[in-house]
Amino acid sequence: MSPWEILRFALRGLTANKLRSALTMLGILIGVGAVIMLVAVGNGSSEQIKNNISRLGANSLTVTKSTSGGGGGGFGGFGGTRNRQQSSGPRTQAHDLTVDDAKALVDPVNAPSVKSASPVVTSSSVTTTYEGTSHSISQFVGTYPAYLGAANKELARGAAFTDDDVTGGRKVVVIGRTVADDLFGTVDPLNKQINVGGTPFTVVGVLKESGSSGMQDADDVAIGPLTAVQQNLTGFGGLNSIVVEAKSAKATDRAQSEVTDILDQRHDISGSNTADFQIMNQASLQSAVSASGKTFTVLLGAVAAISLLVGGIGITNIMLVTVTERTREIGIRKAIGAPKGAILGQFIAEATVLSLVGGVLGVLVGVLGSLFKVVGVKPVIVPSSIALALGVSVAIGLFFGSYPANRAAKLRPIEALRHE
Amino acid sequence: MTPEPAVLDVRALTKVYGQGGTAVHALRGVSLRVERGDYVAIMGASGSGKSTLMNILGCLDVPSGGRYLLDGTDVGVLDERRLSILRNRRIGFIFQSFNLIPRMSALANVELPLAYGGVKPAERRRRARAALRQVGLADRMDHEPNELSGGQQQRVAVARALVTAPALLLADEPTGNLDTRSTADVLGILDRLGLSGRTIVLITHEDEVAARAKRVIRLVDGEIIEDRRQAPVDGPPPATVVEGVR
Repeated sequence: MSPWEILRFALRGLTANKLRSALTMLGILIGVGAVIMLVAVGNGSSEQIKNNISRLGANSLTVTKSTSGGGGGGFGGFGGTRNRQQSSGPRTQAHDLTVDDAKALVDPVNAPSVKSASPVVTSSSVTTTYEGTSHSISQFVGTYPAYLGAANKELARGAAFTDDDVTGGRKVVVIGRTVADDLFGTVDPLNKQINVGGTPFTVVGVLKESGSSGMQDADDVAIGPLTAVQQNLTGFGGLNSIVVEAKSAKATDRAQSEVTDILDQRHDISGSNTADFQIMNQASLQSAVSASGKTFTVLLGAVAAISLLVGGIGITNIMLVTVTERTREIGIRKAIGAPKGAILGQFIAEATVLSLVGGVLGVLVGVLGSLFKVVGVKPVIVPSSIALALGVSVAIGLFFGSYPANRAAKLRPIEALRHE
Repeated sequence: MTPEPAVLDVRALTKVYGQGGTAVHALRGVSLRVERGDYVAIMGASGSGKSTLMNILGCLDVPSGGRYLLDGTDVGVLDERRLSILRNRRIGFIFQSFNLIPRMSALANVELPLAYGGVKPAERRRRARAALRQVGLADRMDHEPNELSGGQQQRVAVARALVTAPALLLADEPTGNLDTRSTADVLGILDRLGLSGRTIVLITHEDEVAARAKRVIRLVDGEIIEDRRQAPVDGPPPATVVEGVR
């Protein structure tokens, strides 16, 4: 009795009850499809978040003034004799980040891993108008040209402002896609003047679309020279942040420690004093997010795996029914000399075909379903999830099918024949 | 004892169902020898143990005691695998309720024992067709059991039993579910098989059926009470002489 023959018997058995076979397959189909799709959705969403973060600049570090950075330790003492200590003694107030801080960070000797450091001032919800059209820019940034590279802002049209613009305090601006659309519509914004809080700024470039990153629209920005923005919008106080770009993604950790050292020195931070600044590392943020993304994917996969298991139980159930229903047929087959192996093979083959066909269809459905966006997430298929889901479904067929099959094969011919 | 072993050699066969006080003795020491070419009818009322005997002879059931030699092989010592080979090659079983496999064509049903016996598909087909022609169903080969009449179904079952050329053909009340005409058809086929020298053992409670056999055994309460020969072992069955079937 060849395996091919056994398979033919199995197929005949399955086609004898098409609806039941189809419904059983549907159980496995949904299980396998769900595993593939949900894992793809989980994977897709974590990939999307990762992209959003890297869009902010994978190599960049953001230095901000630490809000919790109060004084550390007690007062050194009173009296004029200790006067000298006051300068290096414990501070009671955090230093602001200054342009000089930023400049000090670009130091080939003490900070070889730092490519650039851009001081950043920002002003929120700045109302701008152009020929009667008004738009509130959610973030107006004043900085150096190097910022554009560090923050991964690319220009779609026009050019960035230059270092000369910064030193000259020229009122030029690069605007994001949303700002361009809202203010200008179809009009070409280049070289047009927009009114920012009463001051005219000339648009010199339009940024490429970067998409929304979470809550806020990353394209609702305007970036101008630091000096001009300070002069007209924010004033000459402390910086909001310094964006440091490391020479490579690998160098970010080194750059972070170099920046820390330099700023510690400049802000008189030592030993017991708490730093008055904090450094946000995009890379570490990214790894934290991808770790939580993985947890999310595993969770979705586990839910789907349960439905696959339920599908497997469906197979057992149907096979048990089939064996009971066909006990007499099993008896006839045994009476005309079917060996135990042939009976066992037939029923295991039936279960395996059910799970395999269901599994393959499930893969198709999963892959097709992953072509569509699911709740705003573009699913990204994990190839191993296909192999795993299909493998598990076949294993389920074998495992859950073997119990009923064994029962069938063990039947004594006379008992099976007497069964009505 | 003759040098050639008997097709069937049963010694002091017993079968007990249940245990203790409720035990039912279906067979109480049946001994029986059937030579090659014989056509034996086993008669008895229901409950006489004839079906039990038949199931044991067909290796579908195991006896509680006694020995059973089929074609010289002691069946009692065979394991499950060898028993299935024995059922496949040496025994052709015809049931009262036909027992064809539903939703399989007549041809596929007849091919089935050959498939389990490992015969190649082309050869299998050829032999199955020949067997179906032999029972006069050449034009019904592709019909499924539910498209066939009772008599036709039973003839398919006879073809299925014949197709492996078994040493022993067992028929358990083969005409019990058939009308008169179909009965005549099936008995005619059995007569022809008896004439061509096949060993047949059939169970019946009808005298007309038993009258066609070469030897009649009467079973009462699990014991043989009569063993009457109607025609010589190597001769034609009595019916063929009377009616002149070929």
